[in-house]
Amino acid sequence: MFESFDKSDPGRTLSFTYAGKSISAKPGMSVAAALLTHGVTAFRGTPVSGAARGPFCMMGACYDCLVLIDGVTVQACLTPVHEGLVVERVPITSEDA
Amino acid sequence: MHPDFDIIIIGAGPAGMSAAIEAAKHGASVCILDEQASGGGQIYRNVSNSKQDQVDILGKDYLAGRQYVDGLRHDRILHRAGVTVWKVDKAGTVVFSDAGRAEQIRGRHIILASGAMERAVPLPGWTLPGVLTAGAAQILMKSGSIVTRDAVLVGSGPLLYLVATQLLAAGAAPKALVETQTRRDLIAALPHLAKALRDWKQLFKGVRMIAALKWAGVPRFKAASDIAIEGEENAEAVRFRAGGKDHCIDTNIVLLHQGVVPNTQISRSLGLEHHYDHTQRCFHPVIDEFGQASHPMFSIAGDGAGIGGAKVAALSGRICALNALARIKKISGGERDKRVRRLETSKRTELSIRPFLDTLYPPPQSVLLPQDETIICRCEEVTAGDIRRYAKLGCKGPNQTKSFGRSGMGPCQGRFCGLTVTEILAAETGETQDAVGSYRIRAPLKPVTLAELAALAETNEKEAAE
Repeated sequence: MFESFDKSDPGRTLSFTYAGKSISAKPGMSVAAALLTHGVTAFRGTPVSGAARGPFCMMGACYDCLVLIDGVTVQACLTPVHEGLVVERVPITSEDA
Repeated sequence: MHPDFDIIIIGAGPAGMSAAIEAAKHGASVCILDEQASGGGQIYRNVSNSKQDQVDILGKDYLAGRQYVDGLRHDRILHRAGVTVWKVDKAGTVVFSDAGRAEQIRGRHIILASGAMERAVPLPGWTLPGVLTAGAAQILMKSGSIVTRDAVLVGSGPLLYLVATQLLAAGAAPKALVETQTRRDLIAALPHLAKALRDWKQLFKGVRMIAALKWAGVPRFKAASDIAIEGEENAEAVRFRAGGKDHCIDTNIVLLHQGVVPNTQISRSLGLEHHYDHTQRCFHPVIDEFGQASHPMFSIAGDGAGIGGAKVAALSGRICALNALARIKKISGGERDKRVRRLETSKRTELSIRPFLDTLYPPPQSVLLPQDETIICRCEEVTAGDIRRYAKLGCKGPNQTKSFGRSGMGPCQGRFCGLTVTEILAAETGETQDAVGSYRIRAPLKPVTLAELAALAETNEKEAAE
């Protein structure tokens, strides 16, 4: 389980959506960190086999945390949350998946 | 295109930040580029914004990073945060993207300080959601005030204990530590102990961490083998063998660690010389005592040149800055030598613990040469067995494995499979790792959109017209 230990400013939260679901987060958090605290560990399926994947390195090196924002695939661990952000799952495009 | 800056530094960890501060102090104009929203690198990630509860958990060594981040506030230093460098060339041009817009700048000398990344730990099940690196768990604490509860830490090395004790301090004790170092590793490391004692404070810190884990009753399994992570859509359990018995621990979070290795994507893309380091089991770019790489335009500072830790990185950053300053004639060669000599002495002291640690916590053979069924290229889901099959079909080098089966061709561009592919091919062909070599790395070093490229062409045309 991923839990926040931040006890400061409990009121200061913002919300964004992931795959249509509303997710609350603290300002300054990455999309990846926010999703993890909501129990979302699998962000996408791989283009090869469709296997579930989620954040692995949290530093922008592994590209396993890819999500879709404004039609562009981005690394969720490098993308800060902001109010009203719309995050989608990356569609699996491979034919054999 | 005229140089925009005397010195461009890529990476704002301890090496890059201290290089920037040293260079600016001697009158050079500096641009430091970094991917994160604030300076610090991974070791001091988010340190300038950290809250008291984070500092309490992460310890005072973490807080030491603040002095560097503060030092970046200088008239001659331009810190471009949140930018992604995706091309560097030998003329000193650095191309990067900032919020979806590409830009290029030129420097008279470039210091590469892109640091380290976690060594890949290819075990069965390591691609499952819920399996992260130990470093990732620490980044979550530093940047998001998030802890992983009931995690099982798997691997070996100082960071494994550090993350475990930090989780403990945060009230989220790990469920267990599954460690791979053996008694044989300990015996091999003992001859390096006398030298390591020169840095007895570091050693003592390690002993204290292990004692804290024992005191808290966190189970530690040593010399673990046959480790596999099980689960369908998420990690569910870690299975392994230790002390002559089979074990299985239920957990939704597995944190892997087998030390860190230099991130050589930029130095490789430039075709700079590298050599394989048999103690640290990874490639290091070739540098001289001043951090000068095999091409005059580049110096390499910090863990990107070989693993030494934060203090060594900061010292080597200053050494590289002095090298750069001498090259662009801001200081004399004599002044550089005099100043570097003093830094070199401190650097040697800080490095004295490394041979002991590197020998005590080596990556096990099962990680260097995974079993056939294990995925080694996470992006393209290529297994160790696939690479062995390519070798039998006549595939000689890492680059050829790309045409055989796309390994290293996914979005991470070989960052996590590169070393494993080299190791497997070396074992299969009987060649040295140096002879086998590594993937050829090309720009763009990180994926860019067509719109970013197109915008760059427009600015180039405009500049040409002017």
